[in-house]
Amino acid sequence: MIYLRLIWAYLKIGIFGFGGGYAMLSLVEHSVVDPGWITETTFTDIVAISQMTPGPIGINSATYIGYVAPGQVAPDTFSGPLWGLLGSIICTLAVVIPSYLLVLYSSHFIRRHSESGVIKAIFSGLRPVVVGLIASAAILLMNEANFNPNHIAAELYTNIGICAASFLLVYFPLLLPGGRKVKLHPIIVIIFAGMTGLLLYGF
Amino acid sequence: MSNSTSISPAPRHELLQLFATFLKIGAFTFGGGWAMISIIEREIVDKHAWIRREEFLDLLALVQSLPGILAVNIAVAVGDRIRGGKGSIAASLGTILPSFLIILAIAIFLTPEVIKNNRIISAIFMGIRPAVVALIIAPVLSSAKAAHLTLKTLWIPAIVALMISINAGFISSPILYIVLGAAGGLLYFKWSSRRISKEKGGKA
Repeated sequence: MIYLRLIWAYLKIGIFGFGGGYAMLSLVEHSVVDPGWITETTFTDIVAISQMTPGPIGINSATYIGYVAPGQVAPDTFSGPLWGLLGSIICTLAVVIPSYLLVLYSSHFIRRHSESGVIKAIFSGLRPVVVGLIASAAILLMNEANFNPNHIAAELYTNIGICAASFLLVYFPLLLPGGRKVKLHPIIVIIFAGMTGLLLYGF
Repeated sequence: MSNSTSISPAPRHELLQLFATFLKIGAFTFGGGWAMISIIEREIVDKHAWIRREEFLDLLALVQSLPGILAVNIAVAVGDRIRGGKGSIAASLGTILPSFLIILAIAIFLTPEVIKNNRIISAIFMGIRPAVVALIIAPVLSSAKAAHLTLKTLWIPAIVALMISINAGFISSPILYIVLGAAGGLLYFKWSSRRISKEKGGKA
């Protein structure tokens, strides 16, 4: 039955998907394209949509594939939005539940032993590494797809400008008249950047 | 609320606030879990002061070494730290719901091609993508501060970032550096506690 197979596929993705996001992508691709639930093209489209909608790509793919797969596999039995809705809820939960339990369990374990010298020592070694991990995430995203998808030099410089301006706005407080300092909320910066993109590239 | 080490039974309005905060975070997270960090820091650490920056960094270290979706894992860990099991459900539902609803709407009413080829949406995202990179650069600096990095320890994140971003198979795996970091912390602890006990022994 398709729903059980979907649950199994997404439980596996939730358990073996290390590294998050795009690192999980090939695992997701194998699990859903190989059984014929969706085509390679649709999968590429889902990835493209994930880049244009908020939220983790793992969730996006689970929701979408859970919706279309039942109708695709058994059109006579499972077509229609309600069967699709059921599929998307099931897949989304299946991909989340394994790591939900794992995070909860290990977080409680560490909390119980938070006063132990060993745990403290481990985290003191981990903190500099996490700084490096965040930096690597930023470096990996400084690529052509994000800064120069159309291979136009002017666009590249504009996008570097958007990135630099966003950084300054989100990191340094603005000095208001009257001496008050405010830091712009990252969400505001994203909205500004989206409006800038619309004005520059939309018309 | 300043006492973040003990979990009291969650008042309903606070759970709601937690849910609403992560709903906001989920709705504006473009580009995966790392891009959430700026928004989470601002909301959870600066605005609500639900947890300290160092504590947030430790949770990040923990969830990054576990499988699953980073954004959801962060929400589960933070929600649990703030308000226990109910908090973790509120936070993770909040993170998931925006993308779930948007994708569901696309699946029901549109085909992927319509979105992909929409000029307006493409233009907006041309602007958002470089900004998302900036939102990940900012927490590099704030977390470096929270980790109390000095000139003596700065090489660690530098090498980690370099090795991961050259994207060369096993030696670029984040898990490898998490294991090395944990082992390094342990060894340093053993070494310095032995030195202390030796010094004590010398005095006696």
